[in-house]
Amino acid sequence: MKLSKLGLSMSLALGLSMGVQAADVEVLHYWTSGGEAKSVAELKKMLEAKGHSWKDFAVAGGGGESAMTVLKSRVVSGNPPAAAQIKGPSIQEWGEEGVLANIDPVAQAEGWDKLLPSVVSDVMKHNGKYVAVPVNVHRVNWMWANPEVFKKAGAELPSTWDEFFVAADKIKAAGMTAVAHGGQPWQDATTFESVVLGVAGADFYRKAFVELDPKALGDEQMIKALETFRKIKQYTDEGAPGRDWNLATAMVIKGDAAMQFMGDWAKGEFSAAGKVPGKDFVCMAAPGTAKDFTFNIDSFVMFDLGNKDLEKGQNDLASTIISPEFQEVFNLNKGSIPARLNLEMGKFDDCAKLSSADFVSTANANTLVPSMAHGMSTYSAVQGAIYDAVTEFYNSDTLTAKAAADKMVKAVAAAHN
Amino acid sequence: MNISSKPRRSMGDLLPKLVVAPTFLVTLIFIYGFMLWNAWLSFSSSRMLPKYDWVGLAQYKKLFANDRWWVAAENLLIFGGLFIVICLALGLFLAIFLDQKIRAEGAIRTIYLYPMALSFIVTGTAWKWILNPELGIQRMVQDMGFESFRFDWLVNTDMAIYTVVIAGVWQSSGFVMALCLAGLRGVDENIVKAARVDGASMPLIYRKIIIPGLRPVFFSALIVLTHIAIKSFDLIVALTGGGPGYATDVPATFMYTYAFTRGQIGLGSAASMMMLMAVVAIIVPYLYSELRERQHGH
Repeated sequence: MKLSKLGLSMSLALGLSMGVQAADVEVLHYWTSGGEAKSVAELKKMLEAKGHSWKDFAVAGGGGESAMTVLKSRVVSGNPPAAAQIKGPSIQEWGEEGVLANIDPVAQAEGWDKLLPSVVSDVMKHNGKYVAVPVNVHRVNWMWANPEVFKKAGAELPSTWDEFFVAADKIKAAGMTAVAHGGQPWQDATTFESVVLGVAGADFYRKAFVELDPKALGDEQMIKALETFRKIKQYTDEGAPGRDWNLATAMVIKGDAAMQFMGDWAKGEFSAAGKVPGKDFVCMAAPGTAKDFTFNIDSFVMFDLGNKDLEKGQNDLASTIISPEFQEVFNLNKGSIPARLNLEMGKFDDCAKLSSADFVSTANANTLVPSMAHGMSTYSAVQGAIYDAVTEFYNSDTLTAKAAADKMVKAVAAAHN
Repeated sequence: MNISSKPRRSMGDLLPKLVVAPTFLVTLIFIYGFMLWNAWLSFSSSRMLPKYDWVGLAQYKKLFANDRWWVAAENLLIFGGLFIVICLALGLFLAIFLDQKIRAEGAIRTIYLYPMALSFIVTGTAWKWILNPELGIQRMVQDMGFESFRFDWLVNTDMAIYTVVIAGVWQSSGFVMALCLAGLRGVDENIVKAARVDGASMPLIYRKIIIPGLRPVFFSALIVLTHIAIKSFDLIVALTGGGPGYATDVPATFMYTYAFTRGQIGLGSAASMMMLMAVVAIIVPYLYSELRERQHGH
């Protein structure tokens, strides 16, 4: 309450000093890399076509960690931007603080409930009202493979974890690196959640990472998943710890490594290198997860600034983001798929088409789950607790899987309350 | 006479106070004020944004039950201990060697002191490449034909913290050398000559006369190195990123992670209070002994 009042007075003061002007919409985002920056420029153009001016507030830094730190200080000082790139359960956290603007009127007028699958729209609402607008859907449980390396080693593309280890052994025996991995906690977690999904299935995944059921977190299935996950380490190279994800992708592109487990933003790296899906590289679901889908949805929230001009600008921004034109242009650049259903996928590549088809079919089969590694399933505190347990286990040679699972149960409980 | 001189004198009294006041005020608010604010937050249930309620010692209890905190604390002990001891020893030796009236002393002194001019980010990044088993020393020696050579500390969970020590020592021992050299130059030559006349050997003179005379220099160096160690953040972030896993986490990176990226401001504040306590535990006895000595001197 106190915050929003402060924000009100600050924005009033700002409004006065700026005099009468078309809405100056300040947008905080962390899309700064090549393809992403191009997409943002597109959004800027579309918003300006509606008569508003775009005030860019880009904060670089991969997963948006730095952007969130900046955002917090802006909000605490009572001076939030008009819109900010926030995703997943964090939207609820911000909603609880009472600082978000209600964009339900636009959403109702445009019938967003019919445009978006309910798993997506649930994330975008706080207390039943739309406060955020989705931009895209990333699939996280992908495996990127270099077919040339598989051929050289005489190995088959794996569709289960058992097949994976057979193939990996052959590639290793042929003197090549089977798995390109970047040993950073979020990348460890990205691979781990695909293993959990492949080993134990979507229902178990949901119990463990969404409902945070301590029984599931300490279960035999979890222990088995942990063991499978750490077995992957022997197929990675020595330079893996600390490596950035795009450098790992480059190893697959150059044929130094056979495969990488990474979300579909990795496709951008392949495309930038002039590689064609299906020919130069293969995109397939991580072993055992072909009928599952872990999603990571980027979205924008609007902050309550108590200013009519700005409100108009914010509403126009929201309806621009959800428009078919923007969803198509943006996702073609970003490698993800549109968040709204029933868009023409003609211009997209085979990976995106597969992703789009699986998105709909897994939503119907109830095997569409939020990505734990990318902050879609829990608050950041719990996500961090899982990260710690997973990454400590992966990097240790002595810790048993049972002990790691127990640690995870303990840490999640501590972070939860 | 009386009437006109009085305001002038008070003006003269006031001026120094007035000049110092802004600095004093800024220090008061932005250092001590923020310390208190942080202490307050550490007793609150703050998560993503600050919240001003009272939960007593709950955050501290949570902190002490956190495995990662103890890894960070142990790392600080290992890193801090080795970093300080090696820097002091190496700095002293370099200074003694440089003090032998050698040629090109100025150039050598500059070379050793230069790392100090770099930021820890640069040091960390450079050492990250040097120590990377696929790019750096290991690769180089292997390419020279020693196939079985291994030097993988950077990616080894148990050894990674020692790579931080290596990089830290490389950066800071030159600074200790400069301090010690200044101290050595301040030693009265006549005492050394007198000791020589009495038949004392050079090593004995160093051990019994010169090095004990450097005590105040060691103290200053110790204080500077200790606070570098406790605050160390950039070196870790650039060199290991806290990894592998969180094996090289230190309290400063722990605090940053919890307060700013994991939305647990209360827990992060409790961690930074513990860091403050560590600094206080070292600085206060030092200040106390320094001030007491000065009083005795008068």
